[in-house]
Formats: sequence, C-alpha cells, structure tokens
Amino acid sequence: MIEVKGLVKNYGALRAVDNVSFTVRRGDILGFLGPNGAGKSTTMKMITGYLRPTAGSAVVDGFDVTRDPVAVKRRLGYLAESAPAYPEMTVLEFLGFIAEIRGFRQAAEKEARVRRVVELCHLDGVRRQPIETLSKGYKQRVGFAQALLHDPPGLVLDEPTDGLDPNQKIEVRNLIKGMAAEKAVILSTHILEEVDAICNRVIIISRGRVVVDETPDQFRARRPGARLDEIFRSLTSGDV
Amino acid sequence: MTQITPLFKREFMGYFRSPVAYVFLVVFLMASVGLAFFIGQFFQAGTASLESYFVFHPWLFLFLIPAVGMRLWSEEKRSGTIELLFTLPVTPLEAVLGKFLAAWAFLCLAIALSFPMAITVAYLGDPDWGVILSSYAGSMLMAGAYLGVCSLTSALTKNQVISFVLSVVVCLVLVFLGWNVFSELLTGLLPVAAVDLLANFSFTTHFDAFTKGIIDPKDVMFFVSLAGFCLFLNVLAIER
Repeated sequence: MIEVKGLVKNYGALRAVDNVSFTVRRGDILGFLGPNGAGKSTTMKMITGYLRPTAGSAVVDGFDVTRDPVAVKRRLGYLAESAPAYPEMTVLEFLGFIAEIRGFRQAAEKEARVRRVVELCHLDGVRRQPIETLSKGYKQRVGFAQALLHDPPGLVLDEPTDGLDPNQKIEVRNLIKGMAAEKAVILSTHILEEVDAICNRVIIISRGRVVVDETPDQFRARRPGARLDEIFRSLTSGDV
Repeated sequence: MTQITPLFKREFMGYFRSPVAYVFLVVFLMASVGLAFFIGQFFQAGTASLESYFVFHPWLFLFLIPAVGMRLWSEEKRSGTIELLFTLPVTPLEAVLGKFLAAWAFLCLAIALSFPMAITVAYLGDPDWGVILSSYAGSMLMAGAYLGVCSLTSALTKNQVISFVLSVVVCLVLVFLGWNVFSELLTGLLPVAAVDLLANFSFTTHFDAFTKGIIDPKDVMFFVSLAGFCLFLNVLAIER
C-alpha cells in the first residue's frame, strides 16, 4: 500500500534522511521510532507530498508522490506533529472545509462525513467552538478527525498521542487499532510502550538511516529480559 | 480547478470570522471618502463627478492593500497550516488562485461599498455614469494588481511585518514611476523616452485613463498581466 523507496533529503550540507526504504501493507501498523531530529517527521512529510525528496520516492496505492502528488494526497490522511488547523474557524466549519476540499460537496454527504468523524473523535461537546479556544487534547483530536474524514486507505500520523492525557492516549490507540484492519498506518512516537500496545512492525531510524525493521517480538528478543527503552538506547546512542 | 471553490470560500469567510474585515472596511471607506471631502474638494469643485474620490485610490491602496495581502501566505507559514494545506489534494496553482481571488473579492466589496458617493453625486447633479462605472472597474483592476504584488511578497516570508514593508516599497516604486513630480525629476537625469518607458510601468499612468471614462485594452492588460506575473512567481515561491 505504501512503498518507500530510497528516500533522501538534504538540507544544505546536512543529510536529514539517508536512503530510507520500507513497505507498509494494509493491516499493518508501523511504529516509527527514533530520537528527536533523527528524520522521522521529514520522512513522513516526504511520503505525504509536503516536502520534495532530494532523491528516491514513495508510492501510495500505485501513485508516485513525486509524479502525481495530488493522487497520493487523496489516498492519505495525515496528522502533522503540531496538528495544524485554522484557529479562527469552529470545529464544524473546519471539518466542513476539509470535507469540501476532499470532494464531498453535496450538503447531505458532507454533513454525514463530518458527523461521523465528530462522533469518532468525541468532538461533539466542542463542535461550535473556535479551534483557537480548544485545549491541546481537543486540537489533537480535531487534527485526527481531519485525517480520517475521507476514510483514507493510508494514514500517516506524526506523534498522534503527544500531549494527550493517559485516558486519551488509550482512546486514540484503540481508535487506530480498530481501523487498522483495512488501512496501512504509519505512526511515529517516542513512547515505546505504544509500539508494544498497537504496532505489528517497528522501524527505528537514527541519523536518517533505518537501523531496525522487524516485529515487536523480534525487537524484544534482541536482548531478552531487557526493557524496551534500554534496547532503544543501545541502538541509537550514537545520536546523543 | 474545482478545488478553488472551497479554498475561496474559506479564505473569504475568514475575513469575517475575525475583526479584520470590519476594521478594514470602516477604515477604507472613512479614509477614501475623507480624502475626497477634505483634500479633494469634492463639494467645492461643484462638478457632479467622482474624480476627486478616485484620484486618491493609488495612494490609499499603497498602504491598505498590503495590509490585506501581507497575511495571505505569511500567516499560513507562521501557524504551520501550510503543511495542512499542501497535504490536502490541491495544487500550488489552485491554492494561489483561491487565496488571491478571495482577497480580491474582498477588496472589490470594499470599493463597491462606496456606492453612496455615486448616489450623492446623482442626487446633487447629473453625473456621467459611464465615467463612474469605468472608474470603479479601473479601481478594482488596479486593486488586483496591487494584491498580486502583495501576495507574492507574502509568500517570500513568514513574517507579516517584512511582508507588509516589502509590499509597500514595491508598490511605492510602481506608483512613483508615474507621478509627474517624480518623472520631472527623472527627466533631468534620463532621456525622455526612458522616462516615458518607466512611466508605463506605473499604476497611476494606467489608472488615469479609467477615471476619464476610457477603458483601453492596453491598461486592462497591464493590470491583468502584472497580477498574473506576480501570481506565477508566487506559485514558484511556494513550490518546494
């Protein structure tokens, strides 16, 4: 479903992402791990067509993001790290805009799409509030609702549980898990227990390179008995 | 290109979701009418025309249109919503046109709201409606050209102050080139042909004909192509 082939991104002399390749099939939840600045967000931004790769490409559902970015954007839902949204719009206005730009222009269809994600992300209590007045947790859920609105076959989530309280984290994880059967999901995180809880694949990226690509069980088997964060630390300590 | 509609709608309604629209409309109308009444000698002139109203438009636009245009792209960059916008299925051209057309429609609304001035001269005398209509058309076209410049400078920075100052400077040059005080100064330094050529790049030179009731395709083309050229560069500036 999502095929990443040799992605490279240079910022001037700095190589932020260095020849990253992996494949995500439908039903996969890929946990994308790595220290801050390792190139996780940059890789995700290239997959979603926001940044143009220096070399390599990503193919989503048969469409190459460097050749047909709009076709890729139609098939992906993306939650960026800061969950950007237009602050002066209310939740309903904002999701209505997303619905229209995602091609749901008929009033009934648009309303049904918006209602579905409002329920799914528990936004009913704040639906008439301007987004700038919402708390971090609600903003994050608005970003999540926006990514799910068109029920995309691929989801790219950059730290979806960041800034949420423990209850909300569990809720978001359950939501992702519930949808994963027919979707290809890539999610980046700092929380290793999250990988254990929901992911069926782990990729660790360090200094722009993939250093681990295996299942959580294989990852744990690297050092039996050790805590996950200890294994993570030993693999990425070169970054510090 | 159908994606322009939701972008246009969001941007245009955005002005009215904040005090920006109301502050701008009130200031624009008070300033434009005030200039005509107190400096343009609107009543003392004793003629049933809006010439003393329109003659100040190039100068007024110099400050007021950068105020509208400065936020077009700078704000998206600053708040991070540009990442949202360009992971939605829109091309840079559609985004640039949607935003530009929305801001232009807003400016046209501001200009059109001066219609009580036209009613006043119609009540006091017998104005030439052709001249009034061509002046309105010229003013709206000129606003589009100013806005093209401002949209471009806004795409170059995420700082709205820099964007505003850059727009004012560029527009100031384009106004000065046609201002007779400035061209007399230039005649001392350059051959007359060169001064005439430079004056051809000025807003005022092309706007004057409209205020006399002449709609010359040459002048229309000047404003349209200036806006078009700036928007073309704007697309290049936001593409990555």
